Amino acid sequence: MDSGLLKSEEIANFITDGYLRYDSIIPKDLCDEIITQIDDGYYSNYNNVGEMFKVIYSNASLGKIFKIGKVENIIESLLGKTARYDHHYIHRKYKFTNELPNLHQDGEIDKRNYQFDLLILFFPHDVSLNMGGTLIIPSSHFRKVSGNIIKRYHNIINQEIITCKAGTLYFVHHNLWHAARSNLSNKDRIMIKFRLNPSDNQKLNWDYKNTNLQNVMNILSKNYVWHGDQQRIENINRIKLWRYLYDDNTSELENKLLWGTNMNDIKKVIYQDSVRSLDKNDS
Amino acid sequence: MIKQKLLVLYLSNSSPDSTIIGWSLFDGSRNDKYIEYETSSLVDYKSCLDAMRDGWRVIKYPSLNEPYDENIHQTKFLKYEFVLEKLIESDQDG
Repeated sequence: MDSGLLKSEEIANFITDGYLRYDSIIPKDLCDEIITQIDDGYYSNYNNVGEMFKVIYSNASLGKIFKIGKVENIIESLLGKTARYDHHYIHRKYKFTNELPNLHQDGEIDKRNYQFDLLILFFPHDVSLNMGGTLIIPSSHFRKVSGNIIKRYHNIINQEIITCKAGTLYFVHHNLWHAARSNLSNKDRIMIKFRLNPSDNQKLNWDYKNTNLQNVMNILSKNYVWHGDQQRIENINRIKLWRYLYDDNTSELENKLLWGTNMNDIKKVIYQDSVRSLDKNDS
Repeated sequence: MIKQKLLVLYLSNSSPDSTIIGWSLFDGSRNDKYIEYETSSLVDYKSCLDAMRDGWRVIKYPSLNEPYDENIHQTKFLKYEFVLEKLIESDQDG
């Protein structure tokens, strides 16, 4: 029976892109209820810090999001069953704004090598392009720059300005670069961002039983133009994170099935030279 | 009055003829706000060299940084940042 948890391919996509998108998975009625409560000032940004995510806002509309089966399964797959609520922030971009973009990363002074927090971007109403949208830079999450230092970057090839239907959720690695853009429309734009932390390790929390390593490898090999001459290093960092999450301690020199370091197996190789040096030290 | 316009280009490698992967524009000659630049078509330039041929003057050339063993798998900022300027006559008050 399908557990409903994410599959390995979806985890690989998260590792590669730094986010997963699910369109309109929150019902419209619930979105409208939440907007009304936000307008009434119902939600304070730092209530419930440290609580288990499943019980936050149990008696309010916002809490119903975390009781939707699909949402629970995605969070559990990425953070484990014991994920905790960190905080939320209601981003309201007023109509007719015209200001510099503020590209940044939420993670600050983060010393973790592999573990990550999850940002959930919730769009409770339709977002069109002239509303500005939230901008994300796919596959930027391995670049730890700590906060707002990248504000001078205004446009990066492969950037995505999010337009979507009401009820869309993005599940985002906490280090993904993102920005709010000016809202040229005559309607305020609301985006609610939740941050959740893992409280245990993040290994093998998804439906990994039938993992097809060839599929995983293909996804981890995706190229982004904006990585320029650093594409290989990005690939290595994806492989490292995959190994951490998949609890794979073997060297790629031993694990030929996955990383194909056998010269006769060249089609399976992700950037042969770089990857082959991944675990090597002087003997 | 002569005023400065800055075009910052991020390239895919250290050579000025390599592909643009990111850009920002700061226009000191105009008093309007930002939004026009967001939707501009500066990406029409394919490279820094392409912009130079259109009259932009390079005023910052990125240095090459050697990788160290302890950070050899690290990526952080956009590595190849070229800053270009145009000086233009402007009647708008600052």
